[in-house]
Amino acid sequence: MARFAIRRIGSMILVLFAVSVLTFLIFNVIPNGDPAVRMAGKQPTATQVEAIREEWGFNEPIYTQYAKTMENLFSGNMISYFNQLNVVEEIWKGVPRTFALAFGAAIIWMAFAMALGLWSAMKAGGKSDTLLNVFALIGISMPVFWLGALMNQYLGFELTQVLGFELFPNGGYVEFSNSPFEWFHHMLLPWFALSILFIGFYSRVLRANILETMDEDYVRTARAKGLSERRVLIHHVLRNSMISVVTLWGLDFAVVIGGGAILTETVFNLQGVGQYAADAIGQLDQPPIMAVTMFGAFFVVFFNAVIDIVYAALDPRIRLEAGDTAT
Amino acid sequence: MTTVARQEQASAEPPPLLEVKDLAKHFSKPGAGLFSRSDGGVRAVDGVSFELREGETLGLVGESGCGKSTLARVLLQLLKPTAGSVCFRGTELTSLGTRKLRPLRRDMQMIFQDPYASLNPRKRIGQIVGQPLKIHGLAEGSELKSRVQDTLERVGLSADYYSRFPHEFSGGQRQRIGIARALAPEPSLIVADEPVSALDVSIQAQIVNLMADLQGELGLTYLFVAHDLGVVRQVSDRIAVMYMGKIVELGPSESVYSRPIHPYTESLLAAVPIPDPHLNAERERRPLSGDPPSPSDPPSGCRFHTRCPHATDVCSEAEPPLVEYRPGHFAACHHPLGS
Amino acid sequence: MSEPLLSVDELEVTFRTEDGAVRAVDRVSFGLERGEVVSIVGESGCGKSVTAMSLMGLTEGPNASVGGSVRLDGQELVGADGETLRAVRGDRMAMVFQNPMTSLNPVHRIGNQIVEQIRAHRDVGKREAMDRAVELLDAVGVPDAEERARSYPHEFSGGMRQRAMIAMALSLDPEILIADEPTTALDVTIQAQIIELLRKLNRERGLAVILITHDLGVVAEIADRVAVMYAGRIVETGSLDEVFYDPRHPYTWGLLGSVPRVGGERPRRLAQIEGQPPSLLNPPSGCRFRARCPHAFNMCESEPELIARGEPGDHLDRCWLEIAERPVLRELPSGQIGLGVPTS
Repeated sequence: MARFAIRRIGSMILVLFAVSVLTFLIFNVIPNGDPAVRMAGKQPTATQVEAIREEWGFNEPIYTQYAKTMENLFSGNMISYFNQLNVVEEIWKGVPRTFALAFGAAIIWMAFAMALGLWSAMKAGGKSDTLLNVFALIGISMPVFWLGALMNQYLGFELTQVLGFELFPNGGYVEFSNSPFEWFHHMLLPWFALSILFIGFYSRVLRANILETMDEDYVRTARAKGLSERRVLIHHVLRNSMISVVTLWGLDFAVVIGGGAILTETVFNLQGVGQYAADAIGQLDQPPIMAVTMFGAFFVVFFNAVIDIVYAALDPRIRLEAGDTAT
Repeated sequence: MTTVARQEQASAEPPPLLEVKDLAKHFSKPGAGLFSRSDGGVRAVDGVSFELREGETLGLVGESGCGKSTLARVLLQLLKPTAGSVCFRGTELTSLGTRKLRPLRRDMQMIFQDPYASLNPRKRIGQIVGQPLKIHGLAEGSELKSRVQDTLERVGLSADYYSRFPHEFSGGQRQRIGIARALAPEPSLIVADEPVSALDVSIQAQIVNLMADLQGELGLTYLFVAHDLGVVRQVSDRIAVMYMGKIVELGPSESVYSRPIHPYTESLLAAVPIPDPHLNAERERRPLSGDPPSPSDPPSGCRFHTRCPHATDVCSEAEPPLVEYRPGHFAACHHPLGS
Repeated sequence: MSEPLLSVDELEVTFRTEDGAVRAVDRVSFGLERGEVVSIVGESGCGKSVTAMSLMGLTEGPNASVGGSVRLDGQELVGADGETLRAVRGDRMAMVFQNPMTSLNPVHRIGNQIVEQIRAHRDVGKREAMDRAVELLDAVGVPDAEERARSYPHEFSGGMRQRAMIAMALSLDPEILIADEPTTALDVTIQAQIIELLRKLNRERGLAVILITHDLGVVAEIADRVAVMYAGRIVETGSLDEVFYDPRHPYTWGLLGSVPRVGGERPRRLAQIEGQPPSLLNPPSGCRFRARCPHAFNMCESEPELIARGEPGDHLDRCWLEIAERPVLRELPSGQIGLGVPTS
């Protein structure tokens, strides 16, 4: 276990370093990316631009610039080129919102996917299976910005007009500490908007896994042992079908919690990390993009390690130590 | 009477088709990349020497994991050996590059175990059987087609099967297709790796008989790798018994089966159930206890000593050499049976 | 005479497939007495495994229909409700499968998988059930049973896994053990150990065994009675000696002749059966073996019943050939039993 942890931390650092270098380099080669020109405003003179370059250190060698950027990031002194606000503080403001979205949605999509996947597999080939398949495809193919906009418009705005009270609020975020109920109330639509795609996808993956597992010899053994059908399903079929789904879930969750739900956050105006990233990208604002990218990359790498541990716990054939693999 | 394990024969004998000396293949354990350290590997084949004479069938038997399939692949240079030499018609194969090896490959073909997995499902039978002819530039166009069709008929299939797909055939027919593919470039050596073990017994008999017929007609030399001792006896002139990467006994078929020298061979033979109730009841049964040891951590000395009923101290200390006990009949044992 | 422990009458199993109905098992009847070993032999696709599974209702599903009767001590199992079958499975009749590598759930510990079965049928605590599991593993020859009970299946060798499967099957002291190709996936030395174990259980516990196998050698080791299946039907059944030393059906002759042996005189060629088994989608009329049988004649176009054709008794077969001619027809030039027609 200790060896696993050391190895994992080592490779995490390596990956994060590579991500930071790449993101930084990309900024130096994309057209229109020169921050001095952008900061100098409309029709700047060459001297103005030069002065900004001098002041912000854009004329220094690229590795010095990289080192400084990273130093600023880790000391919490990183400043946006666009609005001169502290980037790390801005991200911290978005974190509770993004976390609220990620945790809620992850629970919802997993619960629904399990229920629908199991149901579909039980009824495989039947009418309800076909119907669920169609729904899943619709869910998978619906773009989140469109779905979110529709939800906002019809459930958030027009339904309120019709009913005369707010069944669903029209976007925005309420602090949990202000009103837990309002927090929940405001999160409902974003959670579902984000979950629909995942529910569609996961339920199909789970259905396929379950059907495959049902054909396994050990499921036949379980029946031959005289177990109840319910126990066969949960203890033998579902338990083994979940292994790969949990892996998927970890990765997707990492992306969402790392600010990847850019569209959902923006459509519902949650002001989370994702929306912050979207704004920064719109303005080609290098520091926040660097910071958010590192933030996201950290979660992806971290959850990858967590998944490996969970995976080993779920499937005893997988061992964390290299060289211990069973043959 | 014992001489060292080199089958040096009188000079009147023709040179062997294939000569294998101290051949070894070790696998290192797969690591997990960047931050892992590599562990001790598996010695799948560990110092094997034998020769294959023109026109004979050498049966290679052993239980799963003994290294017999690896040995077959190393012989054909499908896997690069770790050490040792493989000499085919006087040419050393282990030092040849891919390009120099290619013309020799035509002369050495392989038949695989699984008739379902070893044929590309998207290719027609004609393409599958004709491929080696094309690769080696032996035939083209209509000549290629007629040669493929001849080969199909030779293995008992209809020439009309030329444009059909593998999934249209049963296991036995697929194995015939696999044999046709091996035969098409007119090789002199065929290495067959468990060619009948996936087949039902009645179909198995068809394939065994077919292979014997082809050998008679074409003068083929076979290395026949299998775990089924009955099948190997039926096809082989000589037998090599492998245990944990080593040949423990090698000799003429009847001599090995009727008077085995190595206790492992004896217990293998005793373990085979005979389809004859009375004979079965009469036989003295001493089933071997335990499982074979882990190949990554083989026992010291004689590798069989942990399961051997005759083992003494010397067996765990010194590795027995392969010694000739009867003409052409070798065994590697400190306590040979019947001596 | 009283009814046997298990009696199978006219068992029929039909699967609906995309290409049409396949009758995998066609009017199969046999009985199993207490403490007896009955072996069902045949090649892949002959319906022997489906027969075994159907005895405990394991083939039932939306695409399968099972007909006929399977009675355990007089209790009808075909068409019985789920609860009745569940109570029988694992408790009175237990099953061991071919592939011990895949027949145990890889994510649960061996001991727990046995405990699960015990607790599905008996109201006992976990601790008590685990003690029993350890006892069983020890009894079937798993060394350090207490420790190995905590292992996962992949930590066991193939032979040990099959022992664990057998321990699990024995956990509730069943009257009948159905063993479906229990040694096929194992090496020959391990196979001998497992056969020895089954024989011991049969002798010492009076366990009745239905052994499904393609290996006539294994049958000769352990069976009291034999049923030979071909293309969904039993073509011959009788005592072990009757079937091996006086085989009546040409398919049995072919099977016996095509086995390469490790002892005795080596035939120049094996006595092969030409062709391959018929498709069960469109089975031929009459005797299903007639297309491959060198002795087929016009009678074979109508179906022979499975009856005693020689002296009255339990040696039954499905063949129209004159009973007196058969010993001559099956003789090979070498004096062995085979399909009788020398091929060269």
